[in-house]
Amino acid sequence: MRSIISKLVGSVRSLLADPVRMFGLVSVVLVLLLAVAPAKDHFSEWHHYQQQYRRLIAKRSDAATLQRHFVGGVRQVWLPQVGVVDRCESCHSGLTEASLTDVPQPFRTHPPIPHGLDEFGCVICHRGQGAATTVAEAHDSKLAHQEPILPARFVESSCGQCHHAALMGTPKLNRGREMLARYGCVRCHTVKLPDGSTMTATDDPPPLTHIADKTSREWIYAWLKDPKSYAGSATMPNFHLSDDDARDISAFLIAASTPQPEDTATLPAAALKAAADPSGGASLYGESFCASCHAMQNAAGDLTGGNVGPELTRIGTKVKPEWLVGWLRDPRHYDEKTQMPRYRWTDQQVALLAGFLENKTDSDLLSNVQLAPATAAQIKHGRSLVIEYGCAACHEIPGIKRPENFAPELSRVGSKPLEQIVFADDVPHTLPDYLAGKLREPRAFGPGLRMPDYGFSHTQLEALTTALLSLTDRSFTLPQSLQVATTAASSYVPAGHAGKLMMEMNCQACHRINGRGGDMAPDLSWEGSSVQRAWLDDFLKNPNTLRPALIRRMPRFNMTDAERAELTDYIMTVYQSPVLDRDTPLTSSPELIDKGRQLFYSKYACQSCHIVDAQRDKGYIGPPLTQVGSRLTAVWIEHWLQNPQALRPGTLEPNQKIPEDEAQALTAFLMAQRGGRATGTSKQEAKR
Amino acid sequence: MKRYAGIALLIGLGVVAGCRRHPAAETGPKPTAYGAAVVESSGGKQVGEPGGALPQPLVVQVNDAQGNALPGAVVRFAGGSDVAFSPAAVLTDSSGQATTTATLGDTPGRYTLTASTPDAAGKAISLQLTELVAGYQEQLGERLNAVYCSRCHNAESTPQQVSNYDNLDVKPHTFTDGDTMNKLSDSDLTALISHGGPALNRSALMPAYGTTLNKAEVQALIAYIRLVSDPPFERTGVHYGKQ
Repeated sequence: MRSIISKLVGSVRSLLADPVRMFGLVSVVLVLLLAVAPAKDHFSEWHHYQQQYRRLIAKRSDAATLQRHFVGGVRQVWLPQVGVVDRCESCHSGLTEASLTDVPQPFRTHPPIPHGLDEFGCVICHRGQGAATTVAEAHDSKLAHQEPILPARFVESSCGQCHHAALMGTPKLNRGREMLARYGCVRCHTVKLPDGSTMTATDDPPPLTHIADKTSREWIYAWLKDPKSYAGSATMPNFHLSDDDARDISAFLIAASTPQPEDTATLPAAALKAAADPSGGASLYGESFCASCHAMQNAAGDLTGGNVGPELTRIGTKVKPEWLVGWLRDPRHYDEKTQMPRYRWTDQQVALLAGFLENKTDSDLLSNVQLAPATAAQIKHGRSLVIEYGCAACHEIPGIKRPENFAPELSRVGSKPLEQIVFADDVPHTLPDYLAGKLREPRAFGPGLRMPDYGFSHTQLEALTTALLSLTDRSFTLPQSLQVATTAASSYVPAGHAGKLMMEMNCQACHRINGRGGDMAPDLSWEGSSVQRAWLDDFLKNPNTLRPALIRRMPRFNMTDAERAELTDYIMTVYQSPVLDRDTPLTSSPELIDKGRQLFYSKYACQSCHIVDAQRDKGYIGPPLTQVGSRLTAVWIEHWLQNPQALRPGTLEPNQKIPEDEAQALTAFLMAQRGGRATGTSKQEAKR
Repeated sequence: MKRYAGIALLIGLGVVAGCRRHPAAETGPKPTAYGAAVVESSGGKQVGEPGGALPQPLVVQVNDAQGNALPGAVVRFAGGSDVAFSPAAVLTDSSGQATTTATLGDTPGRYTLTASTPDAAGKAISLQLTELVAGYQEQLGERLNAVYCSRCHNAESTPQQVSNYDNLDVKPHTFTDGDTMNKLSDSDLTALISHGGPALNRSALMPAYGTTLNKAEVQALIAYIRLVSDPPFERTGVHYGKQ
């Protein structure tokens, strides 16, 4: 052993002693050092993948094309304006080769999406470390300040970094965002968007100002303990309150409640007696299309109906009969901001409906709730709990201010560094897992947390997580020019006396007008250019079914003749299109009508969706046109035929680019379809 | 010198032994019965999302030689390396059924899953299930289909969406009807969707959507039609991987 070392030392000494030998040695070392770089490249991961790729394409019938496209070495996309240096293409060699759909990863082509690789690179959508040249570093960076690859099922969140309005291609993201607004998340958590706006809630939590008039303390207790036991569809979360806490909060809410200003709910005795007829109440419930907004469990236990208003399956156990009567008469008397329209029912109808709803009870719900009269200490404790849990962030509560910045801001939660997160046991250390876990069990991540439990389903969790992951740092740092803003919220409210009438009936709960309102029913912004006055007046008197296939339909609001005339005049005068003149005369002749008929039945085959001749046509998608000549204006029909989406964006009828002369002929034909007169006594109406 | 060589040899052997793969052990619950056939109960031909769990569980039934449901047999589910099952091995319940949830891979396309059960002789009897993963394009197509196409092209009528299929004199083809749809090339379908039925001498009841839908949306619809077609759509022309 020693001899080897001494020999080595000896030879080194002799090398160093001689300048020529020394030069030779340095040269050899230099050559070896120079060889390190190519060798490193040769044994690198990406080179290995590129070799594999070349072997793969060599066997294919389109090898020549693929080989021509292939460029070796470290490949990168550099986009300084969006801050992208992505070397993913070094291994993912076939990303832009449309034919490589059936090869294994990492060589498969990217599925078609609306953006190109040269526009945004890879990491803006997929996250990960773009500059890395090894798989482990690029995909699964474990460094806390870096981002690993985003699991594919959350990739829609990346679209949300620039697109702040709903997109057809991102259903999960849209749904998650809707949930953030609908479940009141944004009432406690501020979410600021890069365009400077702040997300607003779309839910409608009732004010608790007069709660004692509406319901009992026992019901409040049961509701606080578990909202889902009262209504499976409840959006109110479960705060997992102890029995004592629920007792004290209910005591406080009842004590804080103030009586409603003068209530006119007393009904004539005869009308109340009529309430004994449950079938009458049920049919009034159906006729009034209450189910468009309210859900109810049917006999089979399925929940049917809309989710605009609260579920009514057990409403009789909740509300006091006198409150219900007052509410049905005039909901705004109790809650100014309610979406519920004032139906103008007669006293007898109110009694019928109230009787029907009062029978919707669940005797089990309150059977175990026994509350002793509240003490002052309980009420005081209840008040402090209400403040602690931030109840006033959603509900109006007398004497309690709405808390500001009650919960952490979520504007950039999608880039939350992992080192700032305290993970619960069994939760993988990634951001999506943290977010989903937090939403599933909000209090599992530490003691003293107050976030309530929403009982979200798996699909809901995925959607919400996607929406939260879209709130990234990058969405703020990307150039402003890339931001696709939400459509500006309109605050349009109809004016004047007729406007007040419309607010009372809450037309905009279903109809959008001038950019504000629901999407359950047609946009009315240009209704005055579209329909004829007589038809509208008739329709408001008796909203017969324009589209019999629809489940949600316009209810009857029982207006007086004067009110109806006023509303009709208002709609006809105010809601007009700037480009259509309602009074444009109709060009018509028997020849034109005949040409129109031919076009209708042969060239455009409109009968596949519409009915003109009730005996022969069967199309059931668009509205029946048997009386369209007494319903719509000629100028509306003619423009509609040429471009339906210009008059009503998003309407189903395809734009067939019908030329003007053909549109004129079709209009003449359609305007001749008067089906008697639209007086509400037509054949169709009689059938119903 | 020799000593070092010996040590090196030992280390080398150790490394080789450590690297050798252990034979895959048959894990999972112990069966108490052995079936003769596996049949599908539900859960086949679903459309899932990349890297996500399928919306409905997979349910298969094990039958004995007489065709009766057999409780206590073990069913093992398998797919590609990117498919995960929870759980992967299940004992059939009292009605002979085994249920699992499948999570498919990140890549859109068709996945073939296998459910197998050993017979009395220890030989595996298996059943193949096809599941689909819709990528961005296919998902967009699925949604466009729900808005524009399915009202006529889907014969199934529900109270929520009444089908117009029965009202049409010339019946439209359902998109799963692979025998018909697969004969239409991409450009045929593009022409039909964009310019309506008459473009290919078909019924005028199919209107033109070329102005209503943009090019990408038409392509998305075609991608969706190709995904759901049964029998599966095979691209003709260049056959990849076969020289």
